[in-house]
Amino acid sequence: MENQNNEVIIQLFHVHKRYGGKNAIIDVTVNFFKNEFVFITGPSGAGKSTLMKLLYLGEPASEGQIIIEGVNLSRLSNSQIPFLRRKFGIIFQDFRLINTKNVYENVSLVLESMGMNRKYIQKKVKIVLRMVGMEDRGNNYPLSLSGGEQQRIAIARAMVGDPKIILADEPTASLDSESADAVLELLKTAHSKGTTIIVSTHDKELIRKMGTRVLHLKEGQVQE
Amino acid sequence: MKTFMLDIFIKRALADMKSNKFLNIIAIITLGLSILIVSAFLLFLININEVIDSCKKSVRIMAYLDPGFEEVQLEGIKQRIREMDGVSEIIFISKEEALKRLKEQMKRQSSLFENIDTNPLPDSFEVQIAPNFETDEKMEALAQKIEKLPSVQEVEYGRKWVNKFTRVVNIFKITAFVMALFFLLAAIFIMANTIRLLLYSKREEIQIMRLVGATDSFIKWPFYIEGLIMGGIGGIIGISMLFLVFIFISINVSQDLASDFVSIRFFSIKDSIWVISSSMFVGWLGCYLSLKQFLKA
Repeated sequence: MENQNNEVIIQLFHVHKRYGGKNAIIDVTVNFFKNEFVFITGPSGAGKSTLMKLLYLGEPASEGQIIIEGVNLSRLSNSQIPFLRRKFGIIFQDFRLINTKNVYENVSLVLESMGMNRKYIQKKVKIVLRMVGMEDRGNNYPLSLSGGEQQRIAIARAMVGDPKIILADEPTASLDSESADAVLELLKTAHSKGTTIIVSTHDKELIRKMGTRVLHLKEGQVQE
Repeated sequence: MKTFMLDIFIKRALADMKSNKFLNIIAIITLGLSILIVSAFLLFLININEVIDSCKKSVRIMAYLDPGFEEVQLEGIKQRIREMDGVSEIIFISKEEALKRLKEQMKRQSSLFENIDTNPLPDSFEVQIAPNFETDEKMEALAQKIEKLPSVQEVEYGRKWVNKFTRVVNIFKITAFVMALFFLLAAIFIMANTIRLLLYSKREEIQIMRLVGATDSFIKWPFYIEGLIMGGIGGIIGISMLFLVFIFISINVSQDLASDFVSIRFFSIKDSIWVISSSMFVGWLGCYLSLKQFLKA
């Protein structure tokens, strides 16, 4: 699916990332458009996860510029980083749920940190949990759920703050095909609501099913 | 800060305390003991200051008269002393009166007086000093002036021993202050380490919170509240323990000493609130230092 209005939401200009002497990302220049659904693919160690981290400032770029909605990430102060991250909903392969908090608390944490009031939080969390089919699991703890269910909660957490961009780093890697399909459906739902979706994966079946733009990474370089 | 946010932070702080009971109890007890020691030093300083003030206030000059002075001179001497700078009051104590007072003071040793035929005590003047005249130099000058008067045989005043006592107490005060400071630093260190352990056990949770857009303040506030609560409880425990020790000492040890000399007292409500507030500050400071280091990493 090509982007509808060609409005750029993320721009990368000659971005490099080095760890010591090793190059993880080499001279990447690429645009992501509003409401686009993009896959970043490539073999293990190609730099997919590193590229994702650079976008949400999990790590800073060693060189080059990353601009998100007109904001140059290299000029952001530490105190501004949380506000940048609120533009994103992030989904990880290992879910990254807080095991000491129940499902409701895991999802509501996003809205609490944004300073939303309790009534709004209750209403919104209920809606997203229903959306991911987990409305009756609010009191469950992550470790009592299956991998597929945990990933649904992670998606609910990513969606609850109405982010402009969802970054999903290998979201289906540890799931069976049924759960993977469910995750893809949820991402499609978010996309249909106008969210830009960037998914890193090496799951060719997933890419084939969506048929959207694919960014190939090999040894840290883009081969579109 | 919005009220409902405070509500969220308090709930998170209480939940954290509940889930890390053992660590929190150990920290509270250690903090309580530190506060007990620090406030014991403070209480000592407060009471010793009052003892010294009381001693200073009771300082007077005794002017002993020649055994052969003539009574007609009495009013003249009294008048001359009264006119001196720094004299607030002057009382004549006849040797009979002096003996009577001595006998009253030494009731239990009354047998000592049985074989005394003549009164060995001299007539004297008790000279009370004006409050602004209580410095060493002024008192010394006044005493010398009185001593030069005719018929005054000897002058005696307790200032010197009070000063010696004050000097000794000052050494105690400095020691107490240093020790209190040391225990306060130890309490801050303990709190900082407890919170560091808590932070370490929650590092993944904190990492996730940061990824979902939580600000550092959002992460810090529940820990600050936890520090304040722990500090408050530690303070209450410390001061309560001190109160029990104080009651025990008051009943069993110091009763006779205190009634003869000066009464010792416990902290006022205001002082107690100040001690508990300080303990809360120590709790908060420990958290602040730990968080500053942890979130920077």
